[in-house]
Amino acid sequence: MSTSTSTDTFALQLDGITKHFGGIVAIKHFDLQIKPGEIVALVGDNGAGKSTLVKIISGMYQPTAGEIRLNGAPTNFRDPSDARTKGVEVVYQDLALVDLQPVYMNMFLGRELRKKPFGTLDRREMAAQTQALVDELDVRIPSAKAPLSDLSGGQRQGIAIARATNWASSLVLMDEPTAALGVAETARVEQIIMRLRERGAGVLIVSHNMEQVFRVADRVTVLRRGTQVATKRIDEVTHNELIAMITGLTS
Amino acid sequence: MSTGDLIRDERVRGRGLFERVFVRPEIGALAAALVLFVVFAAVSPVFTQPASLATILYGASTVGIMAVGVSLLMIGGEVDLSAGVAVTTSALTAALIAYWFGGNIWWGVLFSLIAALAVGALNGWLLTRTRLSSFIVTLASFFMLTGLNLGVTRMLTGGVATPSIEAAPGYELGREIFAADVPVFGITIKITVFYWIALVIIATWILRRTRVGNWIFASGGAPAAARASGVPVRATKIGLYIGVGFCAWLLAMHQLFAFKTVQSGEGIGNEFLYIIAAVVGGCLMTGGYGSAIGAAIGALIYGMALKGVVYAEWSPDWLKFFLGAMLLAATVFNVYLQRRAARGRIR
Ligand SMILES: Nc1ncnc2c1ncn2[C@@H]1O[C@H](COP(=O)(O)OP(=O)(O)O)[C@@H](O)[C@H]1O
Ligand SMILES: [Mg+2]
Repeated sequence: MSTSTSTDTFALQLDGITKHFGGIVAIKHFDLQIKPGEIVALVGDNGAGKSTLVKIISGMYQPTAGEIRLNGAPTNFRDPSDARTKGVEVVYQDLALVDLQPVYMNMFLGRELRKKPFGTLDRREMAAQTQALVDELDVRIPSAKAPLSDLSGGQRQGIAIARATNWASSLVLMDEPTAALGVAETARVEQIIMRLRERGAGVLIVSHNMEQVFRVADRVTVLRRGTQVATKRIDEVTHNELIAMITGLTS
Repeated sequence: MSTGDLIRDERVRGRGLFERVFVRPEIGALAAALVLFVVFAAVSPVFTQPASLATILYGASTVGIMAVGVSLLMIGGEVDLSAGVAVTTSALTAALIAYWFGGNIWWGVLFSLIAALAVGALNGWLLTRTRLSSFIVTLASFFMLTGLNLGVTRMLTGGVATPSIEAAPGYELGREIFAADVPVFGITIKITVFYWIALVIIATWILRRTRVGNWIFASGGAPAAARASGVPVRATKIGLYIGVGFCAWLLAMHQLFAFKTVQSGEGIGNEFLYIIAAVVGGCLMTGGYGSAIGAAIGALIYGMALKGVVYAEWSPDWLKFFLGAMLLAATVFNVYLQRRAARGRIR
């Protein structure tokens, strides 16, 4: 599915994205470029506008002004399914998985593989592809055929990320993917996220956890009350500088 | 630490063969059906005679045909309280069109099919449009159809029942198709039994083998997740109501050609028999879980209880008590299974 991505083609390019809710300016003139295989963290205090930005890029909201480019081409999304068909996948905070179904069905829900001649479900192929993907990303689960309700929280988030990765040809968006997880599970999920670099999709990850940002991200961009304060390479910024940018207080 | 422990570190648990068999949705109903069969066979020698079994199957099929559509709907997370009177609406439509316009009964059969599918589509459309619960929406359509059945019948015929269709052209063929007696190894079996079996096979095929089946499970079990994954949840639910409409039409045509006349007040309360069959057969009221085969076993239990009390020469007064008790037992059992299935969850 990969188009001829020259080195200067960005997976995602945002130019002057602005969003008003009535009188509230939720996002003011936001710019960002993400290269294929790059992980960018989006940080900011509560109410800074992070989730709003994610919803704009995933097609849930329309921007009031500004331009979105995917792989260099100007794009606007009618709705989330439109964004999905254009290669943008979201890992939801609340997972969006079906408990009573097996892992492979969750992986292929809404995009089930079918076989000839009657167009029946190709369960074997779906399970095999799921197993291969899960092995590649090292998401450790008992089996691709296990019901989702048999998995732990970390395993589930691993599946959600694997699913997003499998279908994202351009971009994976994650809104606090480890917020609900314990320490060990967070570490596992971070390993999975970092493995996404090799698959070539751009990743935009919202996180409240600064240690996590330093562990997984290549760059970080800071929002404060709707305004983009800075975008830095992760090795150009210290923990304290980042906190200062988020809060607006200089220590 | 052995390598086994290393590999198993994040595994919550595995599943044995026994456990996998035991969480099949229809297993409880199957056990209940076997027990019931043995009890009635022991109490009444008549019960196991071939002719009696054919009668039981016939009784089961009249509930079972509807339970196919209703069980799929319940797996899709919705109920239909109008399913009982919708059968009568469908039968009345055919009979009244034949009475009013005269001519071939098959025009009535055709329009009745369109009407039945339209009622289903309307239920589904109202549900997805208003975002009300299906309990409210179909409770409303239950009352409206009940009133329409009585009102329109009295308006057109002046009475509470339709005139006999026996003299109408096309009646003989209709009877052959919808109400025939089929001899099998010297036993006469009603054709509805075969329709029932065919519907169960088709429904099971849809559920297990097609993507639509997968969408039904997902739309019922986790509608938000299904929507987020691109499953057409609205279309799936509307389709399920149309499916109930089709089953209602098929049963209605049987009743029409078997009894020739339709009582406009019939059908009220039958919706609960269909729901009982589905729930006893393992469908969860919350959606996302169940099977058409389970609902068929639920209908079979109904058929055995219905005729069994007669053959055992018990008072039929107890039938409803028994059905209620079955429902309670099945629901408790299902909730237990659901808890078991959810045991591995962390959140
Ligand atoms: N649908 C909406 N309607 C009106 N205001 C909204 C809506 N969504 C978000 N906002 C406002 O936009 C601002 C940013 O919110 P949000 O993007 O959720 O912040 P974050 O995810 O960074 O905590 C907040 O002031 C919030 O109240
Ligand atoms: Mg947020």
